Amino acid sequence: MDSFTVTVNGQPREVQGARPHTTLLNWLRDGGLTGCKEGCAEGECGACAVLVSRPDGRGGTRLESVNACLVMLPAMNGQEVITAEGLGTPNHLHPVQHEMAVRGGSQCGYCTPGFVVSMAAEYYRPERREGEHHAPNGFDIHSLSGNLCRCTGYRPIQDAAHALGTPPESDTIAMLRTRPAPAPQALHLSGPDGDFHRPADLPEALDLLAEHPDATLLAGGTDWGVEVNIRHARAGVTIAVDALDELRELEWHDDHVRIGAGLNLSEIERRLDGRIPLMAEWFPQFASRLIRNSATLGGNLGTASPIGDSPPTLLALDASLILASRGGERDVPLSEFFKGYRQTELRDGELIRAVRIPLPLAPVTGFYKYAKRRFDDISSVAVGIAMELDGNMVGRIRIGLGGVAATPIRALKAEAALIGQPWTERTVREAARLMGQEGTPLSDHRASAEYRAAMLEQALLKFFYEKTEVVGG
Amino acid sequence: MTSLHERPHNGAVGDAVPHESASAHVTGHALYTDDLGVRLSNLLHAWPVQAPHAHARVTRLDYSQALNVSGVVRVLTAADVPGANDAGVKGDEPLFPTEVMYHGHPVCWVLGDSIDAARLGAQAVEVEYEPLPSLVSIHDAIAAESFQGAQSTLRRGDIVLGFEGAAHTFEGEFEFGGQEHFYLETNAALAYVDEGGQVFIQSSTQHPSETQEIAAHVLGLEAAQVTVQCLRMGGGFGGKEMQPHGYAAIAALGSVLTGRPVRLRLNRTQDITMTGKRHPFHAKWKVAFDADGRLHALQATLTSDGGWSLDLSEPVMARALCHIDNAYHIPHVEVHGRIAKTNKTSQTAFRGFGGPQGMLIIEDILGRCAPLLGLEAHALRRLNFYQPGEATPYGQPVRHAERLEDLWAQLMVSSAFEARYAEINAFNGAHPHTKRGLAITPVKFGISFNFTAYNQAGALVHVYKDGSVLINHGGTEMGQGLHTKMIQVAATALGVPVGWVRLAPTRTDKVPNTSATAASSGADLNGGAIKNACEQIKERLSAVAAGALGVHPNDVRFEQGLVYPLGHPDKGMDFKRLVHDAYHLRTQLWAAGYYRTPGLHWDRVAMQGEPFKYFAYGAAVAEVEVDGFSGLYRTRRVDILQDVGDSLSPLVDLGQVEGGFVQGAGWLTLEELRWDESDGPNRGRLSTQAASTYKLPSFSEMPEVFNVALMERATETGVVYGSKAVGEPPLMLGISVREALRQAAAAFGPAGRAQELASPATPEAVFWALDGARQSAGELVAADD
Repeated sequence: MDSFTVTVNGQPREVQGARPHTTLLNWLRDGGLTGCKEGCAEGECGACAVLVSRPDGRGGTRLESVNACLVMLPAMNGQEVITAEGLGTPNHLHPVQHEMAVRGGSQCGYCTPGFVVSMAAEYYRPERREGEHHAPNGFDIHSLSGNLCRCTGYRPIQDAAHALGTPPESDTIAMLRTRPAPAPQALHLSGPDGDFHRPADLPEALDLLAEHPDATLLAGGTDWGVEVNIRHARAGVTIAVDALDELRELEWHDDHVRIGAGLNLSEIERRLDGRIPLMAEWFPQFASRLIRNSATLGGNLGTASPIGDSPPTLLALDASLILASRGGERDVPLSEFFKGYRQTELRDGELIRAVRIPLPLAPVTGFYKYAKRRFDDISSVAVGIAMELDGNMVGRIRIGLGGVAATPIRALKAEAALIGQPWTERTVREAARLMGQEGTPLSDHRASAEYRAAMLEQALLKFFYEKTEVVGG
Repeated sequence: MTSLHERPHNGAVGDAVPHESASAHVTGHALYTDDLGVRLSNLLHAWPVQAPHAHARVTRLDYSQALNVSGVVRVLTAADVPGANDAGVKGDEPLFPTEVMYHGHPVCWVLGDSIDAARLGAQAVEVEYEPLPSLVSIHDAIAAESFQGAQSTLRRGDIVLGFEGAAHTFEGEFEFGGQEHFYLETNAALAYVDEGGQVFIQSSTQHPSETQEIAAHVLGLEAAQVTVQCLRMGGGFGGKEMQPHGYAAIAALGSVLTGRPVRLRLNRTQDITMTGKRHPFHAKWKVAFDADGRLHALQATLTSDGGWSLDLSEPVMARALCHIDNAYHIPHVEVHGRIAKTNKTSQTAFRGFGGPQGMLIIEDILGRCAPLLGLEAHALRRLNFYQPGEATPYGQPVRHAERLEDLWAQLMVSSAFEARYAEINAFNGAHPHTKRGLAITPVKFGISFNFTAYNQAGALVHVYKDGSVLINHGGTEMGQGLHTKMIQVAATALGVPVGWVRLAPTRTDKVPNTSATAASSGADLNGGAIKNACEQIKERLSAVAAGALGVHPNDVRFEQGLVYPLGHPDKGMDFKRLVHDAYHLRTQLWAAGYYRTPGLHWDRVAMQGEPFKYFAYGAAVAEVEVDGFSGLYRTRRVDILQDVGDSLSPLVDLGQVEGGFVQGAGWLTLEELRWDESDGPNRGRLSTQAASTYKLPSFSEMPEVFNVALMERATETGVVYGSKAVGEPPLMLGISVREALRQAAAAFGPAGRAQELASPATPEAVFWALDGARQSAGELVAADD
């Protein structure tokens, strides 16, 4: 099969001779929808944001914004996209477009269609309620933190967002939410530039993976898209696994929570609904809404980046991974998963199926991320801490660290210095000093080695002063 | 003819209208240079071969393998250039270099049927290099005495006398980083040979006339054979003043040689690694204060990092020297300026154009010295303001110096500065791990190009028989709202509703010999030219109307599409009717307008004269909160008051003030350019070459409370409709955030200490600053159990 259909702004468009590495952005632009812009080609600026229709879990559709530059076109087989052009026209502006226009939300206008799309996603978010997110209309302004504007200074964009009402009954786009979302359809594209598979189920995926152990697994694509665009990586075989039902479970058991590796972070955030406080603290600091709408835990762990943000959190939660292959499944503690710089425990033919977090959760937790920018930045250091106090004594404590070694690590020396010890300034300062010696931090464009080491030390102190009753002595 | 600043009753200027393209922006219908490519068939795409050395000689370049790559059509090299192999105006920027001058320098360009083909072709080009010694850091360049261009000195008074007997003398050094423009639209050009055999170039350029000039000289053509058009830019900020020329020339050359349209769009990495940025500076200074804290003398040597070619580095340095005084009177001054030549991108214009660097140096000095003088920083600043009648070190009287006082006083009240200052001191006393800082800083920024010849502009205004109006002018639209203002100016000058005026894209075959849209001067210059053209037309129409209305031509009024005798709006006639009649009476209904800024003179060798038409003033109050565990911070509140004269377009001006402030704060806090200065294989490589590593302010950096106001009743005489320039001055309001961070960091230590702070003040820089303060307090590790 070398053709498929993508619905764009309500019209099905036949895609002929697509290649596995053509991005949705380039395809839209080549088709004349030049409102979709390339500002960075790595999911950082949001100028290419588009709405995609996705199942809302209740038989209807959610309209979610994603970066079109990171989406490989074949992954859109059978799906639906709305661009800024599809929301309104100069003579019939969409409410979001109207507010942006009259309030001075555009200056050069280049980032504007992307902002309009991100804003529209929030406009149509079904859970939006008056007063949430400190906004009169419940608009989560940080849903726009993946959109960069170099002209306005953001104030008029914020004003536009906060001026929005709720979609009227007659809003045809809002009506899309009540019908089922188009399901991703299985696909096999084959051509001189490589093969692209979207298997129908997990067994088919595992068969394919067994056949092509070097295949690139596509989950959220937020890392692979960057590789394709910036480093011009090309895969012989790509297998898209994010839509597999078997990778999209989220189940609460007596002694653990199981989170499917193919769920995107926004879905996990919504479905956990704050029940794992450490993750709730971490989610907003993970990239941007545009990225969280695509990125998956499987992807974030599978790329094994030493500066990925999920490992410090999940290490602190003592998570393990369920790895699946044609031969069966196995459970590997996350602390044993990372083998070296971008090396993992994954064997040929194996993929990450789910993350398993043991229950009960440690009651006192903290996530600390150090970066130049408060939101949507890559950390120089990230620290996740989960602790249980037994009276005044440290019962258990797990500390996950990112950015200070070739792999994410546990702060074992600091943990050892605390377990069974009284939770006092003296013991914490000593443990913090040891924590400052964990790992082998390097100096680079994000931070100096000295700062990284200092932040390890300071993170534990901050945790002590801010998350616990300070116990004097 | 009315005076330039006077506003007619009920004119369109001063209305808070949205950007003229707003509806097109929000719907994705606004077209940018690279959006035009899909409309052309047979399009070729260009891709550069970038050198992996900071400095090297090209010893061999063989592209035969590239031609074997499917889809590759041609490889452009120096041998293809029919004219001059140069992309600059100083003759020092070879378009195809034989000596690589910076990491990423393009040595040749590949044209392909697709981007992928061109890119794969570029990979197949074989280039051999002989690496040469390179200078990457400004320190290396200073040590090696590697300088370029003219060195200049700004002098006033007697510097020896200035330091003799001064009550307080301090000295120091300050090195601070540059800034990447990061316009959301990267550099782009699209060229083809048109139906008349002329070269037509669509370019994302702030300076179409110079793009035309460079493309013509590369092609060996005359200017009249090349037309450059700029629909709009997705941001410019000075980064498209000089940088677009070479890319336009490459596209034009490819198009002439192949007969096919050629598209060249830099991707983000190419744009960051190849195009120039704001100049980083190094300053060594010595300052004297009298016993009261009044500035007495300033001696300094400023070295800018100009990168590999001269570009605009000389005028940037001139503006830095002309702004080192900022808002302060300094009797004795001797400041040297020199431009380092390094193996980096060619640093260039960036909003403020050296002004921010000059001001940052004096504001840093005041921020550091205030505690040593026993003064609050805001009191020290206020104490040193220019007073009416005083002149700058380069001899220009500081007109409207009293506005500084007015702004300052108004802002102190509206921001509740004194009360909050006390609250913050109390907060800091009660919070060992979190400190807040509050700072107020002023801006005085000279408006006009230092280069006097640039202070001229042209316009072309057509009134059609049906009364509709089409305007053309030499300025370009990059988001700053120039076109919006120009429509308002034309509507006001002709006395018609704004909806009757349409603006046609900027192109060199309509208005020739234009200046760059830069130096904040776009509205002043082009507005003057449009007004001039409109008034010529109106004068002719007045004569016709006078006959019809039975009054003297001087007593005919034009207002909102109505033409009436003075004092009798009820006896008016329709503008469209008048135009129709005038045509039949054989009246010329179009005009070319022209404007030159009067009264400017500048001796750039002596660094004396009156280079500026006027000064734009402003001030900002910023409050920050710093976390003592990490140096992470947030901006809690910002209050700004800016003098824009009588605003031509308040919504546009507010946007410029807010956007400029955030961009300035970004430069000083977040945006960090890091080059590989090691001796390793990547020496000279920019390591922050993507949006993932070079971070712009985003929503999270927006002040949590942001109050911006424009000064009222601020008519600037001698400028179009009493307005003032607004593009650049607000950028320097961002200095207030840096000074607030300095206050907060200092609050972790004892009072009376000079608090140094690196620039940009990233969380890491702030952490080291506050850690230094804490260390000097000797309060570390006070284990209490």
